Amino acid sequence: MNSGPIIEIRDLRKTYQVGKVDVPALRGVDLTVKPGEFVAIVGPSGSGKSTLFHIIGGLTPPTSGEVRVAGQDLAAMTEAGRTRLRKRSVAFVFQKFNLLPNLTARDNIAIARYIGGSDSKPEASFEEALRLLGIANRLDHKPSELSGGEQQRVAIARAIVNHPAILLADEPTGNLDSESSKAVLEVLRGLNERLGQTILMITHNPEAAAYGHYIVHMRDGRIIERA
Amino acid sequence: MRSLLSILLIGVPVTLILCLVGLSHGFLEDSQRRTRGIGADVIVRPPGSTLLTLSGGISDKIVDWLGKQPHVKMAVGAVNQPVQGITLGATGIDLKQFNRMSGGFTYLHGGPFQAPGDVIIDQFYADQQRAHVGDRIVILNTPWRVSGIIEGGKLAHIVFPLGVLQEKTSHIGQVSQIYLKLDDVANTAAVVQDLKEKLPDYPIYSMAEFTSLYNVNNIPALREFIIVIMAIGVIIGFAVVLLSMYMAVLQRTREIGILKSLGASQVFILRIILTEAVILGMGGTILGIAMSFGACWLIRTVEPASIPMVIVPFWWPIAGVVTLIGTALGALYPGLSAARHDTIEALAYE
Repeated sequence: MNSGPIIEIRDLRKTYQVGKVDVPALRGVDLTVKPGEFVAIVGPSGSGKSTLFHIIGGLTPPTSGEVRVAGQDLAAMTEAGRTRLRKRSVAFVFQKFNLLPNLTARDNIAIARYIGGSDSKPEASFEEALRLLGIANRLDHKPSELSGGEQQRVAIARAIVNHPAILLADEPTGNLDSESSKAVLEVLRGLNERLGQTILMITHNPEAAAYGHYIVHMRDGRIIERA
Repeated sequence: MRSLLSILLIGVPVTLILCLVGLSHGFLEDSQRRTRGIGADVIVRPPGSTLLTLSGGISDKIVDWLGKQPHVKMAVGAVNQPVQGITLGATGIDLKQFNRMSGGFTYLHGGPFQAPGDVIIDQFYADQQRAHVGDRIVILNTPWRVSGIIEGGKLAHIVFPLGVLQEKTSHIGQVSQIYLKLDDVANTAAVVQDLKEKLPDYPIYSMAEFTSLYNVNNIPALREFIIVIMAIGVIIGFAVVLLSMYMAVLQRTREIGILKSLGASQVFILRIILTEAVILGMGGTILGIAMSFGACWLIRTVEPASIPMVIVPFWWPIAGVVTLIGTALGALYPGLSAARHDTIEALAYE
């Protein structure tokens, strides 16, 4: 098994232009994540957590610095390259679930598989993941018919259906009650421990952060502590 | 709801195109059928006439003269008078001579003229006027008694005695055109050639040639008119789909962001939008075709003689292609706009 880092970031900077004003979101971030690690990222609003996720996930290019994700250099990547990265290497789980409202849970998962380049029925290992997620009997329901916890577990199923190298969970429990939060966090831990899924999770909740192997603290666009 | 409204709005120009084509073809086919039903071999028209218009009159004496020409078995003069635009006209004829030439009308009700105030109408005009034998109907500002209702497709929708229509239209001693029956149809070309030499100013045709002139290309400006209507169809299809898909893209900004976060490429997003537009276009085409049947039924019910509309299936794929071009063009801008959406902004869209 390759034990080299799956995410390698050096002096990452990102500056947004708001009108004529430059707004720095990341001011020199260094981060290394090994395959199979579960990393919690915490920090106040505006600390640059989401921007870091957006860059690692290929949603936006870095302004400067070195970013290697699953062996690919994101700094040199085109829009099409970043699209391929999202298709094959990186997947997101969002706070607001972001399921397509008109599709059933099964179709939400299927469309991700289709975009990933496969029409066929998910393999047996994915069935195992569905059992782990506890949504096997809820797949024919639309998001509006599912609880928040169920929706988030469907979103996790959708995220891992194409076997991404990295799962980026942006406050996955932010919209859930404590019971559902615990269930979702247990699912993430299970995916990490049983399937070796690399997970980066943004959270404001210290209890949720404790699920990670270690916690990265961010403030003002920098990593200030790794504990 | 938005999609259904779009399909309806796309369907309207399709119906418009198909109705226009159906009316053109219906009018031409109706004229062609009635002309063929006369049973003549040659037609002589007044100098300066076009396919749709008759210019001036021809003297009765020329009818007699034509009847004495080589190979001409009989010559029958007819007076034509427009009743409603160019699509509905009345014809005055000598019934006995016409019967000899054509084999006569097939009467569904009643029979030939009994008195100078009588008129014979075909079943289409009878349906249009809800007229029965014995009823009095007003034509050319004069009430006439219906003496017979004939099967359609021969000579005219409205038939008067020759002398009566000559007097009514102040064409005493004149006819509008002359039909010739030859001793042998094989002599047609020779007779036409001979008559053209003897009557150089008169348009003279074999009936086969004359009826073949009834096509869209020979009706002044009709072809151009159809092209204009088709262009309007493209523009309406374009505008409807542009607005509809623009709204759809706006409403689905977040969904587009979700798809892009899953790895959907710009081409994938564009393809979704174009596919939806093409489905709308196809739905509009099918609805437009269905509505053209409705329009045809309505026209045939209300004005079967004046507006002889037909369904022209040959034009369905043409109307469909025209519509799909309009819809695809209309979807292009919203599609490209959706494909270029910033994923992060789209995901944050409420």
